[in-house]
Amino acid sequence: MVASTWFGLGAALIIGLSLFQVIINPEPLRKVLAFNLLGSAVFVLFGVLARRGGGRIDGVAFADPVPQALIITGLVVAFAATVLAVALVLRLLQAECATQDHDTECRIDD
Amino acid sequence: MTLTLFADLGLLIILLGLAIITAFARPAFVAVAAYMAYGLVMALAWVRLAAVDVALTEAAIGSGLTGMLLLGAVAWNQRQTEAHPRRRQIRLQVPATHPLLIIVVAAVCAGVSAVLAWVVVTLPEPPTLQVEQVRLALPATGLGNPVTGVLLAFRAIDTLLESVVLVFALVGVWSLADDAAWGGRPRSLRLVQHSHALTLLGQLLPPFGVLMGLYLFWAGADAPGGAFQGGTLLAAMWVLALSAGLAKVPAVSNRQLRLLISIGSLLFLAIGLAGWAGGVGFLGYPAGWSKALILIIEATLTLSIAVTLGMLVAGRPHRALPR
Repeated sequence: MVASTWFGLGAALIIGLSLFQVIINPEPLRKVLAFNLLGSAVFVLFGVLARRGGGRIDGVAFADPVPQALIITGLVVAFAATVLAVALVLRLLQAECATQDHDTECRIDD
Repeated sequence: MTLTLFADLGLLIILLGLAIITAFARPAFVAVAAYMAYGLVMALAWVRLAAVDVALTEAAIGSGLTGMLLLGAVAWNQRQTEAHPRRRQIRLQVPATHPLLIIVVAAVCAGVSAVLAWVVVTLPEPPTLQVEQVRLALPATGLGNPVTGVLLAFRAIDTLLESVVLVFALVGVWSLADDAAWGGRPRSLRLVQHSHALTLLGQLLPPFGVLMGLYLFWAGADAPGGAFQGGTLLAAMWVLALSAGLAKVPAVSNRQLRLLISIGSLLFLAIGLAGWAGGVGFLGYPAGWSKALILIIEATLTLSIAVTLGMLVAGRPHRALPR
């Protein structure tokens, strides 16, 4: 088997275990983390396809540039989604804190 | 050949180990730290998959910025839990955590993994037509890096929308502010009050980091690199200076800040529309002008991305502006 196939198998395994965590783990921040792991493994699977469909440009091995560009776009969009998710979780924790304790200590201190 | 396969398998085992720690480690802090390490090792794996442009992005955004963001959130949550130990935690869960349900979920996830593994092993011999097409079309753009060619010429619409997504994410984060903090400054990123080591690092590293970021943007036309990789490095240097207390996070109502954040996407869109008006199609470049236009777009995009990413890490406004 070529190396890219091994990476593909590894990615398939990571997709399974992070999917399990996304569903089972009840902590919101851990869900976000597991979702990032899941996304990263999906990108690798895509990268394996890019490697297999790649060729040589000026004598250097080069993965298919079209999936590469899509993966870069995907990484940036995944980061944007993660930021929004973390901001929502922090807001949720803060709101929950305020309703349970009836005080303003829950503010993120400067 | 066998030696490289050996190295690849070693890389893969480290990746799997770190992924398992990320997913299953009990302390959230350990999980995030493992994820950051995972991102860096993953960057090496991308090099092995002959995708150096992706490797740079993964190391900068996937590991660095995401890790920093999650570390900050986990640390805040931990402080709150320690300060109020009896408060109940928020749990996002399906109501019934029956052992049987967990077994069913585990079986479904294992099934997903098994099907994907089967697909990977039985992949047909791929056509390499796409690489040839990009290679043949690339000289017309004046670029040497095929990935930059795809990002800014052949599939420019994706990149335009991607830069807009970053701005929208920032608008989303800002809109979560308390009423009182509307338009104010995000919380200070300063980590410690008197840290000689961090202050020194904050003074020493940025000149080199900024140079490296600008180089990545400039080299991106012909070699691995580009606006996103360079912009992320610039953002990281800004965040370092902010956490060392050497600079202040600007208020989100600052007009210059807002201009810097939106100029990349706006200029990209304007050049795209000019192409449409000039008869070469939306986001098309007139012959002979493509390299120059792409560099202008990339330069402003790098700047906008750096500022947007930095403000995304800083988070929603917390302090009202003094009246």
